[in-house]
Amino acid sequence: MTDNPTANPTGHDTESVTVGASLDAAPNRSFQVEALTRVEGEGGLIVEVHDGEVRDVRLRIFEPPRFFEAFLRGRAFTEPPDITARICGICPVAYQMSACQALEAACGVTLDEPLRDLRHLLYCGEWIESHVLHVHLLHAPDFLGYPSGIAMAADHFAEVDRGLQLKLIGNRIVEVVGGRAVHPINVKVGGFFKAPSLAAMRELAADLRQATEWADEIARWVATLPMPEHQLPPGTQLVALRHPTEYPMLGDRLVSTGGLDIAPDQYLQHFAEEHVQHSTALHGKMLSGGDYLVGPLARFVHNADHLAPRAKALAAELGLTTAERNPFRSILVRAIETLHACEVAQRIVDGYTPPARAAVPVQPRAGVGCGWSEAPRGLLWHRYELAADGTIVSAQIVPPTSQNQGAIEHDLADLIGHSLHLDDAALEALCEQAVRNYDPCISCATHFLDMRVVRT
Amino acid sequence: MSTPTLAVWKFASCDGCQLTVLDCEDELLAIAKALDIRMFLEAGPEEVLDHYDISLVEGSVTTAHDAERIVDIRARSGALVTIGACATTGGVQALRNGADVADYCRSVYARPDWIETLATSTPIADHVTVDYELHGCPISKHELLGTITALLAGRRTPVTRHSVCIECKQLGNPCVLVAHGTACLGPVTHGGCHALCPSFDRGCFGCFGPSESANVDGLRVALHAGGTTDPVLVRMLRTFTTSAPAFHDAAERYDTAQRDDTAQRDGSAVADASGAHRP
Repeated sequence: MTDNPTANPTGHDTESVTVGASLDAAPNRSFQVEALTRVEGEGGLIVEVHDGEVRDVRLRIFEPPRFFEAFLRGRAFTEPPDITARICGICPVAYQMSACQALEAACGVTLDEPLRDLRHLLYCGEWIESHVLHVHLLHAPDFLGYPSGIAMAADHFAEVDRGLQLKLIGNRIVEVVGGRAVHPINVKVGGFFKAPSLAAMRELAADLRQATEWADEIARWVATLPMPEHQLPPGTQLVALRHPTEYPMLGDRLVSTGGLDIAPDQYLQHFAEEHVQHSTALHGKMLSGGDYLVGPLARFVHNADHLAPRAKALAAELGLTTAERNPFRSILVRAIETLHACEVAQRIVDGYTPPARAAVPVQPRAGVGCGWSEAPRGLLWHRYELAADGTIVSAQIVPPTSQNQGAIEHDLADLIGHSLHLDDAALEALCEQAVRNYDPCISCATHFLDMRVVRT
Repeated sequence: MSTPTLAVWKFASCDGCQLTVLDCEDELLAIAKALDIRMFLEAGPEEVLDHYDISLVEGSVTTAHDAERIVDIRARSGALVTIGACATTGGVQALRNGADVADYCRSVYARPDWIETLATSTPIADHVTVDYELHGCPISKHELLGTITALLAGRRTPVTRHSVCIECKQLGNPCVLVAHGTACLGPVTHGGCHALCPSFDRGCFGCFGPSESANVDGLRVALHAGGTTDPVLVRMLRTFTTSAPAFHDAAERYDTAQRDDTAQRDGSAVADASGAHRP
């Protein structure tokens, strides 16, 4: 150790906890996991078990605050697509899409159909790279008992390599349409700076034929993973966007299993963010009461009818139905959504002719605009208030992980309550695997995970 | 010889630069063979060692705890390489520097008293000795691979010394500033992105930070001639590398000059209304 033996360089809080006198069979016990790995960003989990009952589960998010909503005030209406992308390096396209849609709503602008298709294609690229990264490097190792994707690759080289190759194609889509894989530079309010060339799109078309086959194989491989039996707590509502004809990336309505059906500017009438002490992420909640969940499982349950043909057929073949409530099966939904994204991308690329213009002109005006889209890990809502010259008066951003935080805590409490027979190490592993069901993005949520279980 | 150990550390950031490590799809499994990755929370490995041969550090220092943590990481590291605009300049979150952070807390959080943060976001080099810096928001995958390869081979790391402007010339791009009057920071911005934005018909917005001996005043003259106003230039300088000295100092001067101008104009407008002559 160095001269500071108590320092933990991961940055995770290491305050000590009471360790119960006996372990395993005892009703009162405690254990801790310092850092939850394989999530994007950093956070922790505290579990308290008393007399064999789960008393408290708290997701701790200790990403330092970066104050995006504060420093967006006074910026130009043209800037949020670039600035809010920096909230998350994993899903910058989601931030760009939600920001553009909110600002276009504020300015009363509608995109040309070919430009909307290009946005849809760009989003397919991000879904592919984000989902494939999560499935292979972050989550599959849990199901097969490896500490990391890299360790898993030693025994499952072909599967990991196939995943990385598919991820490469997802990145390539984002590069062709957006300019670069992380923080694309080609997106602007009103469309794009420059439309992709036909030649680049033809190269993508060839890549995507291979990508679709890999995505099909990956979903079949994921379906063979040993799957824990578990159901979401019955009161959890599933919330996702809905579009008349598309599986939503850029949906227009929000629907819930509780019967909600609303437009973007009605969001605050039904949802609120609550500040809790153990987290720099704000907790999302439904004003009607109860937890809600956004993300792949919610999207699938509401929109399975709009999956692309092969994805829809494969979901049915692999036994996924809209009655699915096992959060561990989210990994399979991600694989099905990856296949869907490959098929949609193929359709858009095959039908591409360079658009008449790369962007529609946007004139700012005083007013408020709200917009949303489906980030790989769920609903992302933006709201901007503009002055007449386009200066941003106020900004509000609700990312997916903060919305899911309450539902994750309650799902974990339920899971732990059913799993207290496990020893500490096995329970920790199960909890980490369960948290990753939600693909939490903590950088986004700072407004997430080492784990600590206190059994007293 | 044993395989060199690698650690990847995160401070205040978006994870995009460490994702660039995972984005080396064709090279990742080869890197995993050449390097023993012992600490990389996002990918999984989490082993606290006394010494790592190479530490990649992402993000800026924004909490008192992080200011202590970087000193500890420095003590455990052989070569310490900062990756990206946050680690090298303080990043976009350095827009708080000079602002009222208490007001920032109140505007975002219901209970600002639960938030622990410093009033500033500062680069890693403000706190410890940094051996190599990789610029960009995000970093370039090629520069990252080049640097890791050079460190493993024990040769000098490849460092881009020219500006984005030079890269445009190398690519044969028509100049967006000269041809279209587009506001572009290419002449004063560190290269390494292969003139990405101008290649997409857009002006460079400086995400790799200022180049060596950046002549921002000279660029300002050209921008004015192309119709770009100081408020727009100041905003461009104050974005992803806002605290980098060359950008920060220029933006301060232009902002002050512009405020003085406005004050003077307002003063003379009052004078005009009273029938007095302009000087």
